[in-house]
Amino acid sequence: MTATEILDIQAIRADFPILNQEINGRKLVYFDNAATTQKPTSVIDTITHYYNFDNANIHRGIHTLAERATRDFEASREAIRDFLGASSIEEIIFTSGTTQGINLVASTFGRKFIKEGDEIIISGMEHHSNIVPWQMLCEERGIKLKVIPVTDLGELDMEAYVNMLSEKVKLISVNHVSNSLGTINPVKKIIELAHAVGAKVLIDGAQATSHLNIDVQALDADFYTFSAHKLYGPTGIGVLYGKKEILNAMPPYMGGGEMIKEVTFEKTTYNELPYKFEAGTPNIADVVALKTALEYIALHGKENIAAHEDMLLQYATEQLSEIEGLRIIGQAKEKVSVVSFVMDGIHHQDIGVLLDNQGVAVRTGHHCTQPLMQRFNILGTTRASFAVYNTTEEIDKLVAGLHKVKKMLS
Amino acid sequence: MTINETQDEIIEEFELFDDWADKYEYIIDLGKKLKGLPEEQKTEENIIKGCQSRVWLNAHQEGEKLFFEADSEAIIVKGLVNMLIRVLSGHTPKDISEADLYFIDKIGMSSHLAQTRSNGLASMVKQMKNYAIAYTP
Repeated sequence: MTATEILDIQAIRADFPILNQEINGRKLVYFDNAATTQKPTSVIDTITHYYNFDNANIHRGIHTLAERATRDFEASREAIRDFLGASSIEEIIFTSGTTQGINLVASTFGRKFIKEGDEIIISGMEHHSNIVPWQMLCEERGIKLKVIPVTDLGELDMEAYVNMLSEKVKLISVNHVSNSLGTINPVKKIIELAHAVGAKVLIDGAQATSHLNIDVQALDADFYTFSAHKLYGPTGIGVLYGKKEILNAMPPYMGGGEMIKEVTFEKTTYNELPYKFEAGTPNIADVVALKTALEYIALHGKENIAAHEDMLLQYATEQLSEIEGLRIIGQAKEKVSVVSFVMDGIHHQDIGVLLDNQGVAVRTGHHCTQPLMQRFNILGTTRASFAVYNTTEEIDKLVAGLHKVKKMLS
Repeated sequence: MTINETQDEIIEEFELFDDWADKYEYIIDLGKKLKGLPEEQKTEENIIKGCQSRVWLNAHQEGEKLFFEADSEAIIVKGLVNMLIRVLSGHTPKDISEADLYFIDKIGMSSHLAQTRSNGLASMVKQMKNYAIAYTP
């Protein structure tokens, strides 16, 4: 039996009420999952239930609601520990998303442990959120930023990476999966090589966690960060995993309540992990709902979801390749279900507008990876990205939509 | 013809279309017909920021009237720009800066003014009005 048969995609689609609507008179085809996935009813219900029955500020409260909210909040942390294969809940820090996770490491680990003359390595296929925080740090501290080149197929040039490594390199920050191309990067190898020269590694997992099994201990990642909203969870919440000994050595990120042990005007002592990095009242409802999202994934099985998405990727790649004048950008051997493409003589914005009129939602532009677009000498692409609830029939609609676009613009 | 007379004329033309494809084919055709700008005028100075596609806008004055020329990489934007030029070009700076561009909504193109489109139609309108203010005696 194939994954698609095991999964009953029609039943899964019924879990996502947003999909059941018409856009411009056509049934919605949602192919912008790499930007954000839709949310199942169970996740939406968790948020509603939390505010209807359990809302209270967490920790320190002694009344029943505070206990309930704290219990559910911490249960989510434990679920995430399990999801990432981390050894302790002390290593799971809640953030607002991947961007904050990266900025937290740049501001704390970066400022404390990376000095003038040191080097940081990123890659040529990073999202701006994994470029700009490092540029800011490098400018402030006189640190050198090096970039792993990208090959024509859209893979990292690992030979060049090996040649960049030296004892000057203190940190490597790369994505697990490219948001623009779908490339799965060999992060285990990248980490192993980095550790050999004593450098730490941060993995931007924003695009990986909904598709791949993550085991931070097997990877030996020093930091791993992701956003809930890209794996069927709510927006505004994310996670930073860090190895306990590194997090302990890092100064706090933001000052405020929750992150302190004792405060006097003379001196403040900081709370223990993970609270040291969680100043202020967190986004409690969405943290609780993230656990529901992980349960939704577990219910269907990540392997089944991945197999279904792989089938969609193969099908879309075949079907799109048959369109004359269409070129797929990013043809790595290892990919998640993302297809980025350009069409001869047609601007991606025109493609986006005309597909939207046919009910098909795709993303167009540079996908917050301008240097990568420059690498391929293009202004942007049209990107279709698939999730568990997508079908081959929807891909057929995309293909038909693109034929119509071609006809209209010829 | 006044600015509003041209707007009403465009609204009338669009009433002929009964589906989205006809409407967009017409806009695409207008995009193809727009003369555009020579390469040397596609400068950083003439570029309109905040667009998903690059748009260049240039203005010049003849007597009391202001004239616009523009170009874009994306054909639909070019078609929309063609209509804006048809409505606003050749009028006095005062009339241009005070114009209420109701035709965009009436022909069902107001989504192109939305921020998410980032296609610069809103920026384009703003820039045309800025030129008009700058040229107002």
